[in-house]
Order: sequence, then C-alpha cells, then structure tokens
Amino acid sequence: MTEEDAIKAEGLTKVFNGSLVAVDHINFSVKHGEIFGFLGPNGAGKTTTINMLITILKPTEGKASILGQDIAKQHNEVRYSIGLVPQEYTADEDLTGFENILLCADLYGISREVSKKRAMDLLKLVELTDFKDKKVQTFSGGMRRRLELACGLINRPKVLFLDEPTLGLDVQTRAATWNYIKTLKKQFGMTLFMTTHYLEEADALCDRVAIIDHGKIIVVGTPEELKDSLGGDIITVGIKKDEDITGLVEKIEHVKEVKKENGTYRIKSENGEVTAPLIIEALRKAGHVVTRLSLTKPTLNEVYLQYTGRSMRDAEDSGESLHAKRMLMARRRH
Amino acid sequence: MNNVSKSKLHGLWALTNRELKKWYKAPTVFILTLIQPVIWLGLLGNALNLGSLVSSGSFTISPELISSLQLTPAQITGLQGFFSGIGDSILQSTFGTTSYISFMAVGMIAFTALFTTMFSGMSVVWDRRLGFLNKALSTPVSRSVIIISKVLSATLRSMFQAFIILIIAVPLGFQVGEAFTPINILGVFAFLFLICMGLSSLFIAINIRSTRIETPMAVMNLLNLPLTFASSAFFPIARMPGWLQTVANVNPLSYTMDGMRQLLINPTIDYSKLAIQYGYVGIFAAILTTIGIVLSWRYLNK
Repeated sequence: MTEEDAIKAEGLTKVFNGSLVAVDHINFSVKHGEIFGFLGPNGAGKTTTINMLITILKPTEGKASILGQDIAKQHNEVRYSIGLVPQEYTADEDLTGFENILLCADLYGISREVSKKRAMDLLKLVELTDFKDKKVQTFSGGMRRRLELACGLINRPKVLFLDEPTLGLDVQTRAATWNYIKTLKKQFGMTLFMTTHYLEEADALCDRVAIIDHGKIIVVGTPEELKDSLGGDIITVGIKKDEDITGLVEKIEHVKEVKKENGTYRIKSENGEVTAPLIIEALRKAGHVVTRLSLTKPTLNEVYLQYTGRSMRDAEDSGESLHAKRMLMARRRH
Repeated sequence: MNNVSKSKLHGLWALTNRELKKWYKAPTVFILTLIQPVIWLGLLGNALNLGSLVSSGSFTISPELISSLQLTPAQITGLQGFFSGIGDSILQSTFGTTSYISFMAVGMIAFTALFTTMFSGMSVVWDRRLGFLNKALSTPVSRSVIIISKVLSATLRSMFQAFIILIIAVPLGFQVGEAFTPINILGVFAFLFLICMGLSSLFIAINIRSTRIETPMAVMNLLNLPLTFASSAFFPIARMPGWLQTVANVNPLSYTMDGMRQLLINPTIDYSKLAIQYGYVGIFAAILTTIGIVLSWRYLNK
C-alpha cells in the first residue's frame, strides 16, 4: 500500500445470495487529488463497488482501503473521512435547505456552532444562500443536486464519492455542476470518485477512468490513453455500387482495419485527415462513386462501446427511468 | 477531528427530530392526525354506545302498569331508580364504569398507538427507497441510532396523539373513576411508552427489508383489525367467546387498555393486577425492542 493512494482496491469482490457475482476481484487505485471516473453499463457493478467503498456493504472477498484505512476493519474511521453525493435526492422535502445540511452535520457529530458556520459557507459555495430557509419541496432538480453536494461536503471529506452527479439535470445545470466539481478539486485538493453515464462528462472532468462490465474492470487509464488505444480515427465511407471494397481500402497507407457495417464501411486509421482524401482518390480510380464520407476523432463513447459492446442492457431499469420513478414516488409521499 | 463528538449516540436526537419535524412542521398532516381520533371517538363511540342499551333512560314504567298497581309518584321514582340501578350495575360489572364512552376512549387511546406506530414504521421503507438510508449509513452515525431514532419518533408521536384523544374525550362525556388522581396520567404515559416502543420496533423490523411500500401495507392491513378486535378495545374480554378470549389474553394491547382503565376510569385500583399488566407490557416491549433492534442492526450491517 503506497502513501499516494487515496483509494486502493485489491481483489475486491461482492457475491449476493451466494451466487450472483456483482463485483469480481477488481483491483484499482486512485491517487490523492485525482478525479477518478467509474464507467460501465447498468448492472455492471458500479453501485455495488461504491457501496462497498462507502462502507455500507461488506465485501465478500478481497479488501479495499481509503487513505490507508481498511473499509471493513476500520469502517468508522473511513466514514469520518469520506463524503457521499448520492444518485437520489435524499434531502428531506419538509425541511429547509439549511436544516438539511445541519442534519447531515449531526450525523457526523459536528458541534452546532461549527456546523452552522460550515453550512453557511457551503450554501454560498453552491449558490443557495438566498434559498436557505425555503423548504426543499420548492427546490428545482438543480438546486436539490447542489444541496446534496453541500451535504456531502459538511464533514470536509478527503475523499468524495459522487454517484451519477448530473443524472437528470439540464445542460446548464450540468455545466454548473462540473464547475463545482472542478472548484472542489482545485480549492480543497479533494480526491473524487465518480460514476457517470455521460462519457463526455468523464472525458472533460476525470483524470483517469475505469470501465467496468460484468463485475470486472476491463480497462483503466487517462481518457487520452484510452482514446489512443482505439488505434486512431474512424472514417465512414458509403459507395453507390453494392460491391465489396474491403480489399481495396485495406491497401491504402495508414489504414488499420476495415469493417462493413449496414452497407457502409467503418475504416480505422491513424491521421484520418490525411487518409480520407487518399481513400476517395483510390475509390475513384477503381471506378466507384463515393456517396458519403465522415471522419470521427475517437471519443470516450467509442472507447466505451469498443470495450462493453453495443448490445443494450435490458437486465434492469436504466438509471434515468429509475430516477423518474423515484421522483414520482417522492411526490406521492405527500 | 477536534470539533467532532465521538459519543456513540450522536445523531440520535437529530434523526428523531427529523421524523417529528416532518409531522409537526407540515400543518395538514398535523391537523389530520388530530382530527382522526375525534372522528374515531365521536363516530364509533356514539354508534357503538353499548351503554345506552341498559342505561336508566331505557327503563320506563308503562301507564297501564302504574294504574293497575296503583303506584304513588314516590313508588314510581323508587322503581325507576331500582331499574336504572340494575342497569348501572350491569354496566359497572361489565365495563368497570357506568360510562361506555369512557371505556371505549381508553380503547381508542391504545388503538391510536397501534395505528400511529404502524404508519411510522413505514417511513423506513421511504428512507430506503429515497436513498436517505444509504446516505445515513455512509456517515459515522451508529446503526443502532438509526433504528432507535425511528422507534423513538414513532413512540413520541403516538404518545402525543393518544394524549390528544384523552383530552378530546372529556367534552364527549369521558368520566374519570373514583380512584383517579392526576398522578395516574403519568402511569398512563408509562403504559403508552412501553406499548409504543414494542409495537414500533415490531413494525420497523417488519419493514426494514422491504423496498416496496405495498408489502408493509399488506402486512399492516392483515394485522391491525385482528389486533384491535381481539383485545378489550370495545368489549371486555370476560364476555367474549372462549377462543377469542385466548387470543385477547395474549394480546399486549388488552393489558395496556385494562391497565390504563384501572388508572383512569375504574372505581378502585387492583394493584396486583396493575403490576401484572405493567409487567406483561414491559416484557413485550423489552423483547420486541431487542429483537427489532438486533434484526435491523444485522440487516443494516450487511
């Protein structure tokens, strides 16, 4: 266990009901001050991993530590040094924003004078000062999310866990949330562990990401490393005649791989800007008419699909629909 | 961590008060909880007024009887007094008081305790579904504090509501017995505290594993009427058929009600009986609270 690891998991495993392997011997480490993204399809094991790290689920096998403290043996110490911004809106609807933050503070046993001051500072940070005495039921989704963020920071955590922090938010609020996250990292040097479905978000925010599927970590690296690992840009070409041009294109310089997909060709190549004109030229010489051509620089989306496949996961509800249901229930509760 | 308390019980009042605030800070909910017992007592107490069957008003001496026996007015008054005396003694021996509404009001107090603890127990399902439970579990607050706060808030809420019933019952005709002294109110609170602790632990233990609100609803519906009618809420156990007596005699609600009746409406207090009643309800509370807390604690420590 090295000093610079804020989170370290070794062979971490969770088996439910003796047979369902949700997380399967995963190993990873997160450095101090890093924003680490955890990506994966629904049911891949993201939430189970987070739940083990925040000490609410006991690992079946393996171990993990946060700031050098074992999540199973020293769970109380771990709980003091972490913060959680959950996927759900957990703030109490009948209480005001201020009361909700104080409630969180009480769960850490923080004295009232300290917690009041901290709550005011946090409300300022998430720009909710003007609404502090309003009941949460009057808050918009974005405001609730910011309140959750403030609650998660009340104990000045060294490691903050964010579970789908921007799920269900509009574009503006998402952008604002990104800014808060960046501020946190810069101002407090906090280590952040986040899960997300939005890959452009992971690309923009995370220093490193891990892609997890079927309970196993498939790949870990910086977003750049992962994009480079795809082996270059993707050129999609369509031609008029129904004739196989795979062999022809493969001979062109820089081209690494050609795949026929739904009548078009997906060509993997380095230096796509240079290769594309060469492809057009070669095809014209062979008497083909190019009807369409597009060039995509690899995004994390491509990386993600490359590693997790394109098939949809129907095993469980998507996060969004689950979230919508929860909101509906929250309203019915009154 | 110098400004952090390391007490094992930190957060207990914060979590308890969170539940209570939801109730007293939401005016509609609060007023509804006050109106409900009035309706129960006003409607049921009058519709089921068994006392009127044998009260003095039910005995009138027909004019034919008066003329054939040639009764003097003094004799008529005497006879009427005699008959209503029989009625009162029937009421007294059956219900322990001549006022049925007083008998039932005490039943209602326990009944309200049952209902309030049932519904409070359901809040744990909401906390799980809405993510609050996970959030709380990720903080250093003790697992037992999470559960005890639930039990405590349900208990305080039920005790308050039960007390409201008692106050409302007075203008509706509630009469205290000869053995009543204001100190007995404390004894009533002690009964309520014990029964509410036991019941809310039971319901929280039932609910802590469910992620759907429908399951506890079904369980509650299954339990509440049998628990109410197989008790001395509306009718004394001694006048029930044998098999029902057996059930009612193990129902802790019966002991609570009979104990509270001794303290509030009976002409004399049988202290050895009262001790048995406290003992029974106390043991029930102790066992269920322990079971509830142990089960929930084990479940939360998965």
